[in-house]
Amino acid sequence: MNKYKLKYKPLGSIAALIEWPKEIQEPILKNISIFRNKIHADMGEYVLETVPTYNSLTVFFDTSKIKYSGVVADLKEIYSTKDQKLLSAYKIWKIPVCYDKKFALDLAEMSRAKKISQTKFIELHSSVLYDVYFIGFFPGFLYLGGLDEKLHYKRKDRPRREIKSGDVGIAGNQTGVYPRVSPGGWNVIGNSPLRFFDVDKFPPCFAVAGDKVQFVPIDLTEHAKILEEVESGSYVPQSEVYG
Amino acid sequence: MDNNILILSDSIQTSVQDLGRKGYRSFGVPISGAMDKYSAILANKLLNNAEDLPVLEITMSGPKIMFEDHTLFVLTGADLSPALNGEPIQMNHAYSVKTSDVLSFGKMNMGVRAYLGVKGGFLTEKVLGSYSMYEGITPKSIVKKGDRLRIASYDSELEITASKIKVKPSHFTTNKLEVTKGPEFNRLTKEQRDKLFSMTFKIDPLCNRMGYQLKNKFPPLKNNEIITSITIPGTVQITPSGKLIVMMRDCPTTGGYARILQLTDMAINQLAQKKENDRFKFDLESSFEFLGRLVSRFRD
Repeated sequence: MNKYKLKYKPLGSIAALIEWPKEIQEPILKNISIFRNKIHADMGEYVLETVPTYNSLTVFFDTSKIKYSGVVADLKEIYSTKDQKLLSAYKIWKIPVCYDKKFALDLAEMSRAKKISQTKFIELHSSVLYDVYFIGFFPGFLYLGGLDEKLHYKRKDRPRREIKSGDVGIAGNQTGVYPRVSPGGWNVIGNSPLRFFDVDKFPPCFAVAGDKVQFVPIDLTEHAKILEEVESGSYVPQSEVYG
Repeated sequence: MDNNILILSDSIQTSVQDLGRKGYRSFGVPISGAMDKYSAILANKLLNNAEDLPVLEITMSGPKIMFEDHTLFVLTGADLSPALNGEPIQMNHAYSVKTSDVLSFGKMNMGVRAYLGVKGGFLTEKVLGSYSMYEGITPKSIVKKGDRLRIASYDSELEITASKIKVKPSHFTTNKLEVTKGPEFNRLTKEQRDKLFSMTFKIDPLCNRMGYQLKNKFPPLKNNEIITSITIPGTVQITPSGKLIVMMRDCPTTGGYARILQLTDMAINQLAQKKENDRFKFDLESSFEFLGRLVSRFRD
């Protein structure tokens, strides 16, 4: 497992921040996932929660049981073991997205600026398997990696006051889905009827770090139908299990 | 039968808070909880409650509150000139109330956030393991006029006496906030570090449960951007234009700016009692660092 030279830093007195090289890439995501699973398996009683981001993993520990120096010593030992078995299976989530102009507020402008037809744009956006690196910023926001370089596009100069729940956007080299209404500077290219964060479900997000996401184009009629099912609670997000 | 309190008027920001929603950061859920945990815990202790029971966090100006049932209550934290049925009452002192008693607030004397604890705690909706109100998680994110909040039923036979203590004013007036180094502290130059610990910082109007922005212009970092990474309450971020932002209890779980300092939990509690234009300095924890600074000061 010890593929990378890691840095360990205290985060206040309650957590240890582990840092990987400053790059966004799938092998790092995998390495973090393996380490995270192993930490929970081996240090469970000391660990309150672990939080991954692109190139870090933060381990919140029980300060009544262990000190920072003890946590880091244990973490280093775990990272140096050769056990690779803990790479868990991942799911590919099929996320229905309606790219109709009713929702795709910025698609026409981006299509013109990029000189890519709207059809081609949608094809490029929906043919990729995106990696879920982590969930952060606000409840249920998936940080996805893998947006085609041809679709990279700068944030809007003036953020919109309101981006709707389920809106699919592009900002720089990122694409993502807004899990709730929020102001934001992302370019909106469609809308997904799915609910990305639901306090009545456990866990509240269907996807987890290490999963993959694919956007599946749907039309307005399908969008309305799925939205109805989501609202009545009968819709089950579609996925395939791998690994 | 439910016991309740009725909120009779609107206020700036009043919400039910406990010690936070733990274990859901990896779903992007903020930790939340009382801004000044020290005062929230004190309220529960004075009532012989478990220390993590939910209390009402009242910011700067209080709502009028009517007790619809008999209970014991206590106010801790900021002194907002509380009165019971129009008669001034003391902070950090448990009072027994009967049906239709009205609690009101007046001038802000000391601190910013007061905590109303009731015997047995508030019984509002518990979501993902916590009563702390947060938009999109709990049905309500703030308490408004006309809201009826459930509280635990109170058996007066159970307990008649309650304790009272005096809180040091320094909890509200201290101008030194204890910090440790943040993950990107090492990106600061020697001059920037000296400035960070000698400068008096002033709080910007943009200060709320999510974060406190500071007014001062600080020399920006040469290399400010980080790949989006974790932020926790107390993390001090620096923006590309050199603004410092102290993350507070409702802060997002991740952020993209360099994290130069980390407030201790007690320092977060103390900052939570400060408002726009209040001033403070950062004080680096650990005697070793302190000596180091002392030496460099002598050299200067």
